[in-house]
Amino acid sequence: MAWKDLRVELRSREILFTMAFFAAMVVVLFSFAFLKESDEGEMVAVAEITPGFVWVAVLFSATLGMARAFDREREGDTMRGLLLSPAPRTALFLGKAVSLFVLMAMVEAVVIPLCWFFFAAPLFAEPLPMLALVLLATAGVSVVGSVFAAMLMRTRARDVLLPVVLYPILVPLFIAAIKGTSALLVGELEVAWFWIRFLLVYDAAFAVAALWTFESLVIE
Amino acid sequence: MTSAIDAVAIRGLTKRYGATRVLANVTMELRAGSLCALVGPNGAGKTTLLGIVSTLVRPSSGEVSYRAGTAAVANGGGLRRAIGVLAHDSFLYGGLSAEENLAFYARLYELEDGARRAAALLDEVGLAEEARTRPVKTYSRGMVQRVALARALLHEPRVLLLDEPFTGIDRTGAAALARTLARAVERGCVCLVVSHDLEALAGIADHVAVLRRGKLEHDERRAGGFSEQELKELYHRHAE
Repeated sequence: MAWKDLRVELRSREILFTMAFFAAMVVVLFSFAFLKESDEGEMVAVAEITPGFVWVAVLFSATLGMARAFDREREGDTMRGLLLSPAPRTALFLGKAVSLFVLMAMVEAVVIPLCWFFFAAPLFAEPLPMLALVLLATAGVSVVGSVFAAMLMRTRARDVLLPVVLYPILVPLFIAAIKGTSALLVGELEVAWFWIRFLLVYDAAFAVAALWTFESLVIE
Repeated sequence: MTSAIDAVAIRGLTKRYGATRVLANVTMELRAGSLCALVGPNGAGKTTLLGIVSTLVRPSSGEVSYRAGTAAVANGGGLRRAIGVLAHDSFLYGGLSAEENLAFYARLYELEDGARRAAALLDEVGLAEEARTRPVKTYSRGMVQRVALARALLHEPRVLLLDEPFTGIDRTGAAALARTLARAVERGCVCLVVSHDLEALAGIADHVAVLRRGKLEHDERRAGGFSEQELKELYHRHAE
């Protein structure tokens, strides 16, 4: 499932380019919007607020990506073709979540270095916890986003409704991601690891809930 | 066991979407080696009934049971392996070619000889060789319908459910599809075909069910099949 999604996407690159370009624009624009005077008297971007921009850029681009990924299953009603197959319905969900995870990871590979460059934020000072934070936050967004995007797939106002229903659920995840990233920027490793453990629990809880409810959300 | 499904029993099937009742207490039986033509006016509930039999739609009440001899076949992956559906939408990925789509579904259905089977089916449905490697989104409606039929038959289903299969295909294609359906019936498949094309159904359907406003108005089997004229008369008498 995931490989099929990624192959279709790598051919057209429609979702990937949209997500990456949007995320990059968010970072670039905000880097010029929030400035402070440095010790040398120059106006520079505020490194301390970098975590917020990283995760806002990721969130908005992920929303674009997940809506479009499920739109693909609407075009030939291929979701029903998948549901008709003997493949476990949970496998369909996991395949979608994995492909979304990979796309988001590709976008983050662009966004995080951009933030490091434009905000001069030491995002790579603690690579291992930063990697754990990014992977867990991405996994959480993929899992939760896939469930809600599937749920709203046949709804007319899905493009509007998806952020409305999804963002409140993702608030704890993004608080954890932002707090964890902020802690890493100032070297507070214990705090960072706390938020990483929080993300682990969040991901596990929602993964179980998603696996349990996915079939009932997609069958009429 | 699922390879030997010989009857699909529909009992008291009702489906509501909110306050709208789409199916009302439908009871009928589909048998192996028989093709049931499900006819009726637009909005009669034919597609919904087919959706419930395919396991994609849950009934509000009533049940559909699948039998292999005296044993019931449980709903799940094993049952879905035995069901093939050709619906209004093709279930094909526009960005993939016909061969890639069928290869994907062959993997999904865990078919050992998926490539050989896909090639044979594309020959059977008459898709030109040069078209098989182009993305499906470049196909005409008729070509998409042919590949969708190949996809529905790929895993050799025992229960074949087709919704308006003759739409969008030319006379040659319709004749080929009728032959394919006749072969499926000879192999012992349970076939349910929703269609407004009574000419195409004549001679291949030996069971006719007429739906009107969600209710089963007529249910008849005839060993020798139905002529086009007989189908039209049944339609006019019970569906209009």
